[in-house]
Amino acid sequence: MLDHTPVAVMERHALRINPAKTCQPIGALYAASGLHRCLPHSHGSQGCCSYHRSHLTRHFREPVMASSSSFTEGASVFGGASNLVQALGTIFSTYGPDVVAVHTTCLSETIGDDIPSIIARAREEGAIPDGKHVIHASTPSYSGSHVTGFAAMAAGMVNYFAEEPTSSRRRKDGRTRVNIVPGFVEPSDMREVRRIAELMNLTPTVLPDTSGVLDAPATGTYEFYPKGGVTVDELRGLGRAVATVALGPQASRAAAVAVENRCYVPREILDLPIGIAATDRFVGVLRRRAAYEVPGELLDERGQLVDLMADARQHLHGKKVAIFGDPDHVVAMAEFVADLGMRPVHILTGTPGKSFEKRVGTLLAGRSPDANVRSRGDLFLLHQWMKNDPVDLLIGTSYGKHLARAEDVPFVRYGWPILDRFGHSYFPSVGYRGGLRLMEKILDALLDRRDRDAPDEEFELIL
Amino acid sequence: MTLEPVPAPPPDVDGPPGGSTAAGSVAAGLAVERVAEPAAPEGFDLEAALAAAAASDLSAPAEPLPLPASARRDGPALNGLIDRMVEVYPPKVARKRRRQLRVNDPESPPEIAANTRTVPGIITQRGCCYAGCKGVVLGPIPDIVHIVHGPIGCSYYSWMTRRNQVRPGPGVANYLPYCFSTDMTEDEIIFGGEKKLAEAIREAHELLHPRAIAVFSTCPVGLIGDDVHAVARKMRKELGINVFGFSCEGYKGVSQSAGHHIANNGLFQHVVGTEEPDLPAVTTPFRINVLGEYNIGGDAFEIERVLTRCGIEVVATFSGNTNYTEIATSHTANLNVVMCHRSINYLAEMMETSYGIPWIKVNFLGAGSMAKSLRKIARYFGDADLTARVEVVIADELSQISAEKDEIRARCEGKTAMLYVGGSRAHHYQELFRDLGMPTISAGYEFAHRDDYEGREVLGDIRIDADSRNIEEIEVHPDPLNYRRRRSGAELAELAEGGLRTKDYDGMMREMPAESLIVDDISHRELEVLIEELRPDVVCSGIKDRYVIEKMGVPSKQLHNYDYGGPYAGFRGAITFYREIDRLVNAEVWRFVKPPWDGEPLASALDTTA
Ligand code: SF4
Ligand code: SF4
Repeated sequence: MLDHTPVAVMERHALRINPAKTCQPIGALYAASGLHRCLPHSHGSQGCCSYHRSHLTRHFREPVMASSSSFTEGASVFGGASNLVQALGTIFSTYGPDVVAVHTTCLSETIGDDIPSIIARAREEGAIPDGKHVIHASTPSYSGSHVTGFAAMAAGMVNYFAEEPTSSRRRKDGRTRVNIVPGFVEPSDMREVRRIAELMNLTPTVLPDTSGVLDAPATGTYEFYPKGGVTVDELRGLGRAVATVALGPQASRAAAVAVENRCYVPREILDLPIGIAATDRFVGVLRRRAAYEVPGELLDERGQLVDLMADARQHLHGKKVAIFGDPDHVVAMAEFVADLGMRPVHILTGTPGKSFEKRVGTLLAGRSPDANVRSRGDLFLLHQWMKNDPVDLLIGTSYGKHLARAEDVPFVRYGWPILDRFGHSYFPSVGYRGGLRLMEKILDALLDRRDRDAPDEEFELIL
Repeated sequence: MTLEPVPAPPPDVDGPPGGSTAAGSVAAGLAVERVAEPAAPEGFDLEAALAAAAASDLSAPAEPLPLPASARRDGPALNGLIDRMVEVYPPKVARKRRRQLRVNDPESPPEIAANTRTVPGIITQRGCCYAGCKGVVLGPIPDIVHIVHGPIGCSYYSWMTRRNQVRPGPGVANYLPYCFSTDMTEDEIIFGGEKKLAEAIREAHELLHPRAIAVFSTCPVGLIGDDVHAVARKMRKELGINVFGFSCEGYKGVSQSAGHHIANNGLFQHVVGTEEPDLPAVTTPFRINVLGEYNIGGDAFEIERVLTRCGIEVVATFSGNTNYTEIATSHTANLNVVMCHRSINYLAEMMETSYGIPWIKVNFLGAGSMAKSLRKIARYFGDADLTARVEVVIADELSQISAEKDEIRARCEGKTAMLYVGGSRAHHYQELFRDLGMPTISAGYEFAHRDDYEGREVLGDIRIDADSRNIEEIEVHPDPLNYRRRRSGAELAELAEGGLRTKDYDGMMREMPAESLIVDDISHRELEVLIEELRPDVVCSGIKDRYVIEKMGVPSKQLHNYDYGGPYAGFRGAITFYREIDRLVNAEVWRFVKPPWDGEPLASALDTTA
């Protein structure tokens, strides 16, 4: 497996091998599917859209709908305006969405198509029925990654819909509104941050919200627009919240800033609430914003997590870990494993941005002094790091399975995408309960390995 | 790279390979050393089998299975169904789609619009030219470093997702678990990416020392005007290895199909015929290339197993479980057999013109059609030993699966299937359903052309539109050194007369039931209507449709990636597929879609305590 990867690291300047990121549009497509009755639309050739739908479908094992401008060579030369106008007319008549969320691709960006003016033209020409919306985000994949694409579309929703508040920010039931941008996470995670916010006596608007969309039940009937997703009305009301909490700066900051700019709602930029410390910070912010004491239910969950951390620490302490994936996920996991007494030694994301290295440094605070930390890295490099400084555990997306096999290292699947296992869209990783689940996975992986490798006389019933 | 002509086999330049008894028996003798002599099952009557095989018309289309009464619709009902499928479209779109929807007549296939643009905004299954070139045809070759020139996504999505399996063999590199890209950034979009591409090729060479490097262009590359071919030429000189490029930008053509063509051209120009085989290793004249077989889920392994048992040697497979050398020496084969006609017919044609290798259409899917395909190969070589051996292998293989097949068939017969996939698969897999007595009530391709539906006889009538015109047709001439006519025109005519037409494919429609529905480039909406109205027992499609279909409570079988099962080709593959279909159409899970209390009135509290 991966037999051709040399041990010696050679700095590469041009060749990317085994990327740890993909392109912006897929993130935009995912974000747009968290908008109720929205059809994501890819403005480019149909190949991109086909790849993005396939890939998301493989991860969620759910239908993922999106249309494409289906550029041919002519459109590529003369611009894609007429393709988009025609597409919008066809989409509204055929699929009847409330919103079409257009994201660009490398192709349409290179051509320089001006989406807002094409949308205006489509409206003039009657391709967009009254009361229906077309929004857009600019997502060329020669910059950023799928994570920034998600951020751009989340911000796009805000920019098109958020209004300055005209009525009171207080709800009649006394609950306070809060906006939560959940990050590029699972539907289960979005559900869980909502639950936590509700436990904190808040009324959250989660944007986007793919719960109820990409974890829809089997009922015998196919719903083209499942019941989940943030609604246009909720987005219009974003200005009535006391704050916008952005979970994971890379995926969520842009939307929170957009709400602040449009509606003067202050932003709180946090790490993804994965692991105990990051969840504490999240709950702490909610506590302050809601002016509401953390209820017993949540405290019990927290207490259980602390309990498990105490119970299992003999199996975790000092274990060396390699972590890769999306920056917000990796940052949070690096802190969590350090809090578990483990030592994150290789920490890598494919998404560019130096803030990643800085944040990891801050959170580890000297706890893993010689760690390799890299943004804009790739899995070829990570593998070479692992050859030079072996680890006890690898944590990352399904693409890590080849590395894990090549180096015979226990492996925990975490983040996006997970293409070879089930359940991730149903069980959260965020919050205290998510912490319990992640610990279970980590411990299973380590202890399964211990059992596998133990000689008969050391093969223990009780661990 | 040597350019010497290949000495025979077969010895006589114009004669049929293996046609002389000497060559035939030598080959058969040698073959015995390689694989154990297949044993016929008890009671097998070789003479009768040979007589039956000799008498059969191997090129005649298989008789379609009639539709069961439950699935039969008369003309007006079918037209009503088509109306419903297109009623939500704007009128212009509806008119266009109608031309791609046809009520089948196997006797005289109706003309269908295929290989035309997908209307912008319609949710289609189709991918792009790049996907057809890199993803389908070139990608499976394990010892070429495939560098995708473009932004990261295109390369990332074609990384290991097609399940092309390979057992590389000693000394053959396997780069399939690697994904290479120039990961273009804004700078390259603005200032050009040729420098970065050259550097990336250099880095790949320095790190891995591959035999060859292929470069694939994605959409932005064409627009910014990077000349990948010039870079490839330069690097070929600089590094002394084969470096070649493909202008397969995703916007070319109307689907993956354009990419297949571009890939065929590139393989033909840059790889095929560039090396000579190790002659002492050549032991049999029954040397074939298997074209259009990509070893999804291990199909090629099973095909090779059966061919080897028969004493037939595979020189190269295009392009599953193969390698660079095999493709480079593939011009020395004596026959090309074509699986996926859509993706590889160009190469079959070019190799015939240039090297004199005839091609025949085969289908290794379905036990019945596997047997027929083997008989076609035997008939072509015309060697008595080979023919007998093939009959023995067929009898033996069938005897191993027939009991279980009959048992499964009893549970599946009369159930119905729909297939919307690929450019040949929607046709090929109907044979597996035929083995189970399951008729296909509707089918269509994602990116095929009219000939794949109606047969190659319509080739002359196909209008070349603007989207096809910009795909290069390369001019091919007989190779001055390596052209060897394997069969004379008279011999081919004689074969055709006897029921083996070379260079021919009859298409899907002739083997499908009358009044079945043919849908080209099916859209999401149409699929939904068809399932609602026709309630098939299984729908074969791809990953994007799978969960839509299953949300409707109908089992779906993915025929791109096999739901991570397989192989389904050959005899052992066939039985695996039968089990799979049995599992699907008789699955437990569908019972649970509705809860047991569904529709029951709620009892009052008093009633329950009573
Ligand atoms: S062209 Fe751009 S948007 Fe399309 S798949 Fe490639 S990287 Fe992604
Ligand atoms: S950018 Fe072009 S080549 Fe790449 S996936 Fe999209 S359509 Fe295909």
